[in-house]
Amino acid sequence: MAKDDNKLPVLQQLQQKASQTMENTQGSQAWNSIFRPGSVFRKGYSDSPRNRSYVIMNSVLYHLHPVKVKRHAVKVSYTLCLGGISFFTFILLTITGIFLMFFYRPTAAQAWDDIFALQSAVTFGLLVRNMHRWAAHLMVLSVFLHMARVFYHGAYKAPREFNWVIGVMLLQFTLLLSFTGYLLPWDQLALWAVTVGTNMMGYTPVFGSQVRFVLLGGVEIGTDTLLRWYVLHVLFLPFITVIFMAIHFWRVRKDGGISGPL
Amino acid sequence: MTEIPEHLRKRAEEARAKAETADAPAADTGAADASPPSEAESKIPAHLLERSKAAKAKAEGGGEVEAAPAAAATATATATATVPSAPAGPTANTQRLLTVVKSGSIQDVKAVPQDKVHTWPHLIVNEFVCALFVTAFLLIFSVFVNAPLLELANFNETPNPSKAPWYFLGLQELLTMFHPMVAGVTIPGMGLILLILAPYIDKNPSVKPEDRKFAISLQSVHLMYWAVLVMIGSFFRGPGFNFIMPWADGLFFEF
Repeated sequence: MAKDDNKLPVLQQLQQKASQTMENTQGSQAWNSIFRPGSVFRKGYSDSPRNRSYVIMNSVLYHLHPVKVKRHAVKVSYTLCLGGISFFTFILLTITGIFLMFFYRPTAAQAWDDIFALQSAVTFGLLVRNMHRWAAHLMVLSVFLHMARVFYHGAYKAPREFNWVIGVMLLQFTLLLSFTGYLLPWDQLALWAVTVGTNMMGYTPVFGSQVRFVLLGGVEIGTDTLLRWYVLHVLFLPFITVIFMAIHFWRVRKDGGISGPL
Repeated sequence: MTEIPEHLRKRAEEARAKAETADAPAADTGAADASPPSEAESKIPAHLLERSKAAKAKAEGGGEVEAAPAAAATATATATATVPSAPAGPTANTQRLLTVVKSGSIQDVKAVPQDKVHTWPHLIVNEFVCALFVTAFLLIFSVFVNAPLLELANFNETPNPSKAPWYFLGLQELLTMFHPMVAGVTIPGMGLILLILAPYIDKNPSVKPEDRKFAISLQSVHLMYWAVLVMIGSFFRGPGFNFIMPWADGLFFEF
């Protein structure tokens, strides 16, 4: 019985201490300097119109969005989230891609072995590689469907003409990103798929063979091609794509938010 | 659609609920009804009412207002809250010039106010749930389905068939019908240029589906065309890129 009598106050004391510590931490200068007004982690956060605006304005990620959006723009049935899925798969691909870069050397002698070792000897290696590949296919698909959705809603019409052009460029960059990544495992599938693709490219009039030569780093696919496509895949194309995405998102806001309702 | 901010809407609802619980005569005070409120309920200050009454009485008497300036002087001197009566017009009628001028009747209002909601939480929650679903889907799919890794690349052994990545299989399918330059460059190049120029070619300003039957039909045919080509290239082409039936001859397709 005596034990039980003691237990409750101790628990309460602990609870009090915990809440006191939380209070002190949230009230500290360091905490307040990290979380700007509107952060849900700040002391005394409440659901008010002012705080709802601050959440967006004071977050580096969210402030891509305006503080308010049209009511119909929130409807999933209108956008089907396709642009968002495209962007999100791009982020997932960046994260999984960085992981893969730790285990991969872009030379004809090592590439295939590295991928094989990644799958068989690296913790979560196979899983992350799978995710990277399937996310890449999903991105191609979602970008394509996003384009179709935008067309059917007539969302490319004034004042959004130029953002449509940017979007078509982004579709091409997505295809190029996927295509350059296709070669990197350096297996039979990669080699011959890229052979078929680049042969087609060589038929471009006037500068076709020159472009092919530059891209392959020679007349045939080889270890130089692997290095070039690796750099294109992990640096050059993502760099360009991010710039175009920034313009794309910025123009969505400048052109008055998403289109519609129909 | 007019924009009514959520917090104002909430406040109005609260006020309405409050008014309903309060006494009946007090409930009408705030309402801007067409029926004029009685004197006791109206918000016209008492001194103004008195002044208008006095003016009416004077007008009925037919006398000119002469004491007004003097009254004003005394009133300001005493600095009381009561405002002196202003000099009345030639007919000695004091009038209250109050009216509601709707925006747009004298101003040119260009921006049509829109129904908007806060991005947080309405949009962010949607995006977050969507991101969770995509992550969950990819994770589970990746646990069960492995990415292909065939044998080491070998220049001396051409697989039969050799296929491009699936999104280029439509082009590869065209290669069976046209010269490589037409199939690989001209047709996709023209398609791409038309796609880029679409907003400048399509001058129809309407976004309603019933107004743009031609554009929608054209795009649907275009998308179906590529989808069918990609599917034929993916599933219906076997060794030698010959036409096959996937259920009879098997799949020759790697993702």
